[in-house]
Amino acid sequence: MEAFIQVAAAAGLTGDEAKAASAAGSAGFAYGLAAIGPGIGIGYLVGKSVEAMARQPEAAGMVRTTMFLGIAFTEALALIGFVVFILIGL
Amino acid sequence: MIALEFPPINEILRWKDLFPTFNKIALIAVAAALIGTLIFLLAGSKDAKVAPKGIRNFAESIVEFIENGIIMQTMGRQGLGWTPFLLSLFSFIYLCNVPGIIPFLQMPATARMALPLFLSLLVWVVFIVTGFKHQGLGYIKSSLFPPGVPKALYILVTPIEFISTFLVRPFSLTVRLFANMLAGHILLVTFSLLSEALFQAKGNPALIPVGVLPLFMLIFLTGFEVLVAFLQAYIFTILTAVYIGGAAHPEH
Repeated sequence: MEAFIQVAAAAGLTGDEAKAASAAGSAGFAYGLAAIGPGIGIGYLVGKSVEAMARQPEAAGMVRTTMFLGIAFTEALALIGFVVFILIGL
Repeated sequence: MIALEFPPINEILRWKDLFPTFNKIALIAVAAALIGTLIFLLAGSKDAKVAPKGIRNFAESIVEFIENGIIMQTMGRQGLGWTPFLLSLFSFIYLCNVPGIIPFLQMPATARMALPLFLSLLVWVVFIVTGFKHQGLGYIKSSLFPPGVPKALYILVTPIEFISTFLVRPFSLTVRLFANMLAGHILLVTFSLLSEALFQAKGNPALIPVGVLPLFMLIFLTGFEVLVAFLQAYIFTILTAVYIGGAAHPEH
């Protein structure tokens, strides 16, 4: 934190400006990092569901419902990252 | 280069008050409730004995979708009594989502925290009350002390179950709906601003034809938002059905 303040002072930024600049940078990281896990998760989940549907087309309806449930739970993590990204930017 | 200035987040989400305490978001929500009610009242006033056509056909296909696509898949036959609740939840959320892509409205009412939060608190109360109604005080036991777990592990399992059932559920329901609609709205705003800025690039005329690219992306995303508006209403409703089904009939 000390180092950060020194860098900001050297660049001629006031406290609020430095805070806004660092928030803009870290907001991007917050969302980028939050998207990695759910991205892998949803890809794996949908891939497995398609496999199951291809193997047993008669069970497709049930698999699809369960798939949407799984996506909803996995996606929540990415969305929390997105909300934090907005909150940091405010 | 081009002058691209993204407006602050409040500018794209806050609309002017029509009159104090009533802004256009509230107007969209009220309109959604009225339109939904009107469609089903009109459909209900038609003669049930003749073959359904027109608005009744439309309403019946939605009811059928709720019954076969959501309730039968999650709660089974004994959950069919929940059709009216889930149907009104679904149609209200869908009609609140859809203004996000209707020209001149261009704002999903669910992109503000208040509406999803209220809906998910309603769902929270409903599934807890259902649990106590169907199982009495056994609901606490079946939801906090899941059967089939070694006794010593309850120290670990019970707090996790409490947090995930009673705290995280309403929170994640809210955030899922709200953040999805907000993300879609911000994406549409970004691409429309980008194409506008490129089409009006004064300094460099070579940039003007490039503006077609974000415009195509905008059209594609508008189509995508049609899907998202439906999908989020569907997911909210199906999760509600799962929560209510789990509260009414615990797993053994």
